[in-house]
Amino acid sequence: MHEVGLMTNALAIALDYATREQASHIHQMTLRVGDLSGVEPEALRFAFDVVTQGTIAEQAQLKIESCPTLCFCHDCQAEFRPTELGYECPICQTWSTSVLRGKELELASLEVS
Amino acid sequence: MCSNCGCSEVGSGILHGVASPHPSPLPRGEGTGGWIGSPLPLGERLGERGDHPPHDHDHPHPDRPHTVDIRERLLSKNDRVALQNRESFQSRGLLVLNLLSSPGSGKTTLIERTVSAQGNHAPRIGVIVGDLATENDAQRIRAAGATALQITTGTACHLEADMVAQAASHLDLGNLDLLVIENVGNLVCPAAYDLGETLRVVLLSVTEGEDKPLKYPTAFQSADVVLLTKVDIAEAVGFDRETAIANIRRMAPQARLFELSARSGEGMGDWLMYLRSQQVHVKQQPLAQVPQ
Repeated sequence: MHEVGLMTNALAIALDYATREQASHIHQMTLRVGDLSGVEPEALRFAFDVVTQGTIAEQAQLKIESCPTLCFCHDCQAEFRPTELGYECPICQTWSTSVLRGKELELASLEVS
Repeated sequence: MCSNCGCSEVGSGILHGVASPHPSPLPRGEGTGGWIGSPLPLGERLGERGDHPPHDHDHPHPDRPHTVDIRERLLSKNDRVALQNRESFQSRGLLVLNLLSSPGSGKTTLIERTVSAQGNHAPRIGVIVGDLATENDAQRIRAAGATALQITTGTACHLEADMVAQAASHLDLGNLDLLVIENVGNLVCPAAYDLGETLRVVLLSVTEGEDKPLKYPTAFQSADVVLLTKVDIAEAVGFDRETAIANIRRMAPQARLFELSARSGEGMGDWLMYLRSQQVHVKQQPLAQVPQ
């Protein structure tokens, strides 16, 4: 439900950088979205079409790079991907909520001219 | 080859084309007129357009599509305002709670009973309440004896730091011991927004599923405190306490856990004692790191 607000933020950041680059068009915006960010990519795409209307990003493509959750087990000193069932280390079966990746929610890059 | 401006110098890849795209000149290849890497198609090669001879790269190329590496959090503006809020609260020695839960898990009732149960040593409590619509919750809290401001978010499913900053500007923070922010009932979006609180408090009522901590990991992982609420009706609704607590412990091992019922008063004593200890802690270290 807050994807429109997030995309509005993303566009504001993008327009700011485009101005610094003296660009007149934004061709592509690349977002990095973690699985734990609570954001639905399809809702982001919908919001993108709405908020970019009438801006120099109107014709831009939205690229979304999803970031799977990656945890770290301190006992095994090993990284692991949690399953649907939870954050259990596959080696020692202890639970770890030490999240290395998966919370990303950022504007990664722009293609402008 | 530099993917941004088409030249053969290899830069850092960050913020090409801004002030100094290639700050440290690198060796150029031999036999290519000073350019290394794969040549561009005829007519695209630098210096062959007639409008752009080779140069030492001290200006941007705004007319050509190029990539700008940014890596900025979409919530960076919210984070900045949250930091300002936190500094403002800390400088006053004010304990600030951010209450998160699903709708109907007992946030408002908990605040009512926290306000009314304080007795002679009652802290001065201010409350900021977020809801999509109505002032009902703020009215309930005012009736219990606290100063309450309602933020109606319209369609927004969460509170943001600037909403809290604006509301807080209408409160006499210097005359408060405790500020409670009741977030919009939602376990997804509010978890992503730092408001500048001292402690994030996540509520789980016994009428909800025992596996809720597993389904909403971000909210529980970010909790400083988890409150298991409505424990007076746990038996009636067939609540599996052991499983629920195991799931809370798994997803929020860092959090303090309290089991209570605001309605019956069960467990409220421990909760109130904890709040008092945190108030003292924050007052004693107004400019120190927030307690975890």
